[in-house]
Amino acid sequence: MDMLELVDIFVLALLAATAVAVARVRNLWAAVMFTGIYSFLGAAWMLILDAPDVAFTEAAVGAGISTVLMLGTLALTSREEKPSKKSPVLPLIVVVVTGSTLIYGTLDMPRVGDPSAPVHTRMNPSYIEKSEHDMHGEMPNVVTSVLASYRGYDTLGETTVIFTAGIAVLLILRKPGKRKTELPNSAEQKGSHG
Amino acid sequence: MDINSLAGLFNYWIVIVLMMTGFYIVIARGNLIKTVIGLNIFQISVFLLYITMGRVDQGTAPIIQEAAQADQAYSNPLSSVLILTAIVVGVATTALALALIVRIREDYGSIEEDEILILDRES
Amino acid sequence: MDNFPIIRVITKLLMPYILLFAFYVQFHGDFGPGGGFQAGVILAAGLILYGLVFGLPALQKVAPPRVIEWLIALGVLVYAGTGIATMLLGGKFLDYEALKHHVLPGWLPEGQHLGIFLVELGVGITVTSVMTVIFYCFAGREPVDGH
Repeated sequence: MDMLELVDIFVLALLAATAVAVARVRNLWAAVMFTGIYSFLGAAWMLILDAPDVAFTEAAVGAGISTVLMLGTLALTSREEKPSKKSPVLPLIVVVVTGSTLIYGTLDMPRVGDPSAPVHTRMNPSYIEKSEHDMHGEMPNVVTSVLASYRGYDTLGETTVIFTAGIAVLLILRKPGKRKTELPNSAEQKGSHG
Repeated sequence: MDINSLAGLFNYWIVIVLMMTGFYIVIARGNLIKTVIGLNIFQISVFLLYITMGRVDQGTAPIIQEAAQADQAYSNPLSSVLILTAIVVGVATTALALALIVRIREDYGSIEEDEILILDRES
Repeated sequence: MDNFPIIRVITKLLMPYILLFAFYVQFHGDFGPGGGFQAGVILAAGLILYGLVFGLPALQKVAPPRVIEWLIALGVLVYAGTGIATMLLGGKFLDYEALKHHVLPGWLPEGQHLGIFLVELGVGITVTSVMTVIFYCFAGREPVDGH
């Protein structure tokens, strides 16, 4: 067992502990903070798995932007979760059954890191070999060339999705002032918040 | 199925356990923000599953180095690309969900699923 | 945040490096890890940090909401515009080989390199502005008391 494997197991254990903590904790503020920690650990693990591009996107998004957005939502709503009256038995059964089915499915998968796995052999020549030729050696980062060139249509679609989501948030949340003036007690509200 | 090939699947199993934790939060909790948090955890776990699949033994990040040997193995760039865009799209859609939650709270005065359902039936 | 001088000073110190790193990731993404999506979220995270520490009005002075809203559309326009440009130059949609030119060879990027540069620029602009606008929406709203 080498050093990296040890780090691997350590990060995975921390990830599992954080996920369980999120499930158990009642205070929403704490849950949001744990989610941030979870994202950051996920980013650390992605770095171990040789995907630096994804790792620092996840670090900036998960630990930065989405945590801030969730905290902003908490400030606009409430910080405590009401104790649930639902019994946890049925969800637990569903989760255990789904999980065991998925684990049964993994038994047919090649082990992690197997160079002969279909993921690594089905593209022939692989993007790595193709990129070296097509990009005339100017683009050493294959992730960028696949993202912007080989899968350019896909990325255009993703950018449009982000664009649409941004517009939708704008439509839902913009200009709270205008709505409030329609309410009869707008003057009091402005006084108490201003 | 010997012990070595089972140990090679260990990472997948942990990722599945993480996914199921997120799934449990989504279906067991009535609080809308908690549900979004659960979806987030589920989502990150799926990202980890993809990245795990893209990894290769003795590999390195998919950035071609001039100095490397000819047979240098690189991890699969395709899984990185897919997840890279998925992360940013994910945060945009999460923001949309949170915006809807803020509006629900403003109109219903609650972010608990059961209370909202009762208010809906009364009206 | 007026009561936290340490946070204010550290943020002021870190700010230029966060912005510089974001631009480095954007424009060096062809050679090292990086690209439009990564740079966009890092730049937006930097702006959001500034807004959290110095208040929303201070951030909106640096990045006015109207400009940011325009930039959301501009990014997608740059991306799709690159595709249209390649079509006008005789290639297919987003076929960067059509972008070959002979102006300052070796200095200006051309072909695939130029196309990828433009596309990543469009992605970076859209991602940064969408994240910032979303932050404006959440931070600019005032809590309404429930029933």
